[in-house]
Amino acid sequence: MKAIYQNFEEAVKGVQDGAVIMVGGFGLVGIPENLILALEQSGVKDLTVISNNCGVDDWGLGRLLKNKQIKKMVGSYVGENKEFERQVLAGELEVELTPQGTLAEKIRAGGAGIPAFFTPAGVGTPIAEGKEVRTFNGKEYVLEEALTADFSFIRALKGDRAGNLIYNKTARNFNPMIAAAGRITVAEVEEVVEIGDIDPDTVHTPGIYVQGVIQGKQEKRIERVTTR
Amino acid sequence: MAVELDKKAVREKIAKRAEKEIQDGSYVNLGIGMPTLIANHISDNKEVVLQSENGLLGIGEYPTEAELDPDLINAGKETVTAIKGSSYFDSAESFAMIRGGHIDIAILGGMEVAENGDLANWMIPGKMIKGMGGAMDLVHGAKKTVVIMEHVNKAGESKVLTECTLPLTGKGVVNRLITDRAVIDVTETGLVLIETAEGWSAEEVKACTEATLTIHESFKEEAF
Repeated sequence: MKAIYQNFEEAVKGVQDGAVIMVGGFGLVGIPENLILALEQSGVKDLTVISNNCGVDDWGLGRLLKNKQIKKMVGSYVGENKEFERQVLAGELEVELTPQGTLAEKIRAGGAGIPAFFTPAGVGTPIAEGKEVRTFNGKEYVLEEALTADFSFIRALKGDRAGNLIYNKTARNFNPMIAAAGRITVAEVEEVVEIGDIDPDTVHTPGIYVQGVIQGKQEKRIERVTTR
Repeated sequence: MAVELDKKAVREKIAKRAEKEIQDGSYVNLGIGMPTLIANHISDNKEVVLQSENGLLGIGEYPTEAELDPDLINAGKETVTAIKGSSYFDSAESFAMIRGGHIDIAILGGMEVAENGDLANWMIPGKMIKGMGGAMDLVHGAKKTVVIMEHVNKAGESKVLTECTLPLTGKGVVNRLITDRAVIDVTETGLVLIETAEGWSAEEVKACTEATLTIHESFKEEAF
């Protein structure tokens, strides 16, 4: 049985200043909205945040940014956020940009006990500077190291009391790998269900990766409403 | 006679020509921005599956107001729909598909392309760096990488260069370049002019291209 938190404050209580956290989501899709708000409320600072993006100015990780709680950001695309630009130019925020596939694999590797791997992405670019490059079958690859975190915060559609999770559509994105790469993983779910309610064949993230579950209501803001 | 088109017409023209690169039955990744426009031109005679690197194989049309789903977006963060027979997956799986050579063709935007197939499309030193997203992975994984961009910059200078001046996205990764003025292949012997656009002769394209172009034996003038 996993911890089923009753409030978000309690779900983020263990996070201390200087912690390394991973946060699921792509853009604003599949982000643990309420866990992020609780981190904002907690006032925890000097965080290293590993997440594909950094939210928008007033939502998602942008809230922690605005509140100056992030010391370092590791992601693949941070262009949706003006405050981000301001803090980087002012030298207040450290950024490590990583190709998206490399980021996904670094996190996957971290959760899977693989310390590093070779990938072609970034060879011959500033990304490969200072890293080992090796040739396999006539093609160059760069050595990339795995990532893990003190805490992982993710979002799922459903979670049961064993921690098994199911995601919805493209809200899955980085969440499953992030679940496995955190020492403590808390899943914000749209619905907590009883054990046995999730068909084992449909589980996306097995409960072994999840330490706590909390039910919440998300706003699910849309960045670019595009209709035909 | 060199033809000047407005920005929107230029983008549409490039997108229409780029659509011809997509074969029936292929898996395709279209980059953010101008490449996304290509989807609007895909012929009904072709069965094509569009991959979105945020975890969708089988991007459909943009939704109607009633179909809007906040959990269903493309890599450009626009709301989309999914076609019948589509699948969802996580980001590691998505890039396994990409790096593993399972995508038939990737079409990306560009800032500069060099004679040896180098591509620069993600950062301008001194300007705010937004990030490369999935571009560095895509250029190495797809079976064919096509870059689409305007032939010259705002100052009228060639973006097709002997050597890229901007930091690279990938080294020797471009197979074909499509601009508003020409279709150019990257080969072992350098850049080869395949087609010119309406209103452009081979000589005129050569004159506005910093890199050296040779002309393909079955070169087509004013082909698109």
